Amino acid sequence: MTATLKVIQPGLSTTVQDLGRTGGQRFGIPVSGAADPIALRAANVVVGNAQGMAGLEIVLMGPLLEVQADSVRVAVAGGAASIEITGEGGEVRRVPALQSARLVRGERLRVGAVPGSAVAYLAIEGGFDLAPFQGSLSTYVRGGFGGFDGRALSDGDLLPLRHLEVDERSEVRLPGLKLTTQSRIRVVLGPQDNYFTPEAIKTFLGAEYTVSHEADRMGIRLDGPKLTHTRGYNIVSDGIAPGAIQVPGNGLPIILLADRQSTGGYPKIATVISVDLPALGRASPGAKLMFDAVTVEVAQALRREFGVRMQALAATLIAVRSDGFDLARLMSENLVSGVIDGQDDVTMFAL
Amino acid sequence: MARILASGDTALVVEFGDTIDRDINDRVLALADRIEQAAIPGVVEQVPTFRSLMVHYDPEVLLFAELAERVRGFLSGLSAKAHVDRLWVLPTCYGGDLGPDLEEVAAATGMSPEDVIRTHSAETYHVYVVGFLPGWPYMGDLPARLALPRREIPRVKVPMGAVCIAQRMTGIYPIESPGGWHLLGRTPVRMFDKRRSKPVLLTPGDSVRYEPVTRAEYDRLEALAENGELDLRPQGATQ
Repeated sequence: MTATLKVIQPGLSTTVQDLGRTGGQRFGIPVSGAADPIALRAANVVVGNAQGMAGLEIVLMGPLLEVQADSVRVAVAGGAASIEITGEGGEVRRVPALQSARLVRGERLRVGAVPGSAVAYLAIEGGFDLAPFQGSLSTYVRGGFGGFDGRALSDGDLLPLRHLEVDERSEVRLPGLKLTTQSRIRVVLGPQDNYFTPEAIKTFLGAEYTVSHEADRMGIRLDGPKLTHTRGYNIVSDGIAPGAIQVPGNGLPIILLADRQSTGGYPKIATVISVDLPALGRASPGAKLMFDAVTVEVAQALRREFGVRMQALAATLIAVRSDGFDLARLMSENLVSGVIDGQDDVTMFAL
Repeated sequence: MARILASGDTALVVEFGDTIDRDINDRVLALADRIEQAAIPGVVEQVPTFRSLMVHYDPEVLLFAELAERVRGFLSGLSAKAHVDRLWVLPTCYGGDLGPDLEEVAAATGMSPEDVIRTHSAETYHVYVVGFLPGWPYMGDLPARLALPRREIPRVKVPMGAVCIAQRMTGIYPIESPGGWHLLGRTPVRMFDKRRSKPVLLTPGDSVRYEPVTRAEYDRLEALAENGELDLRPQGATQ
């Protein structure tokens, strides 16, 4: 007996992604991985997985999947994405973002449009039964490797699952995590900021830029004021860090993201700090961005705080009552006062 | 003097120069070896390029200032020849439909097609960088007589295995890709094959020579490569 999720509709561009493939950049193999790693980690925490397990990355419009296993547990995270579950008899239930749900054989789940973000992640308890490529399940579509057959999902695919069934237990949700876009992005200047005029640096840090339609997993081209180079725009190729902002001859910055090439030949005016990178993964064409410079020391202090918060994520899970009545949410929205019923259901969920 | 720069909070760059130069590249590779051997906790991976080394690291384990200090220590007395080369001899079928630019390159350089083949295959090339595409080797130095700028209009599709030149470099397309280099021939040897345990064939610091073969020999080797049965080995150290 095999356990799979059958792809009825694939969505716009749905790929298997984990936290990326390291060790291959010196051979030209990009890191790839989730464009919004915070959302992937959060979705995994909700279904009880290790944070780095591979899930489905959904871009703008998600898939319709049918459960071909005895039972599965899923959660979606990213913007305000939600899951619509249709039973075999046609009954429909909805599960909000960052909340787990258990489905049984024959039920279908749909993640529709993703409001508030360009990406969302669907995590499955136990994950996929796929062979990693160079230590990772991340899909790199251009190279045709990783994930499910090195490509985005298409109709009729059968995604193999590790678990044939999952326990019945109280479902949980993760409150208080915002997975939406932000307009202020912090950067560390360099490593080639000396290739630009002082005015160009001032413009870059003072002006508003717009995410253009040329935005994908590799990078984001920005529209806005042009930046002037002082000594040409061709450099001898060097390494590209995640979030590197390169400026080609037309003066318009390109921010390099998960599927970026490992080396490149344009001067890089600045590099987005790691804690702000997930917000760029969420940015859709038309989004406005402004850049603020910080030192590498500040960026690394922020990163360490972030690391501590992410490690503590599982401790913030809250149980959801089986009838779907979400006491914690009602309390937080101040709709319940006085009587607290079913206290046992509101337990901290320690993993 | 090498410069140590931050590229954001997760990568450090050691810049040895801003030109393509064999001595500079040798120092980059030697530094990468020393950092590799030091097994510094928090170092994730390194990307040697023509003239700089990028060290990717985890700032939750290692801070920029700490890594910069370690790297500074390695820079003193860096011997440029710490690297052991491996020589790869790559069978290559020149011209015809496998090398559609051979005639054009011959005309542009004022040589006969046979001379272009002889000149290109006589040289032993140094792999400076592997990047741009999975397994793409930037190799040099191409003899000055063969140096041409890239094609004015790049091709939309260049096939896997295409052996090509541009400026003072020669390369091999590891996968089908758009490209603007001049195509001299084709090798059946896969620069990238996801079926192999080490999918990428060449490593920065390796040496490469092209060996002209007939179309019949190319076809025979290509059939083997297609089935994953072309097991090419390097010919040991060249120095």
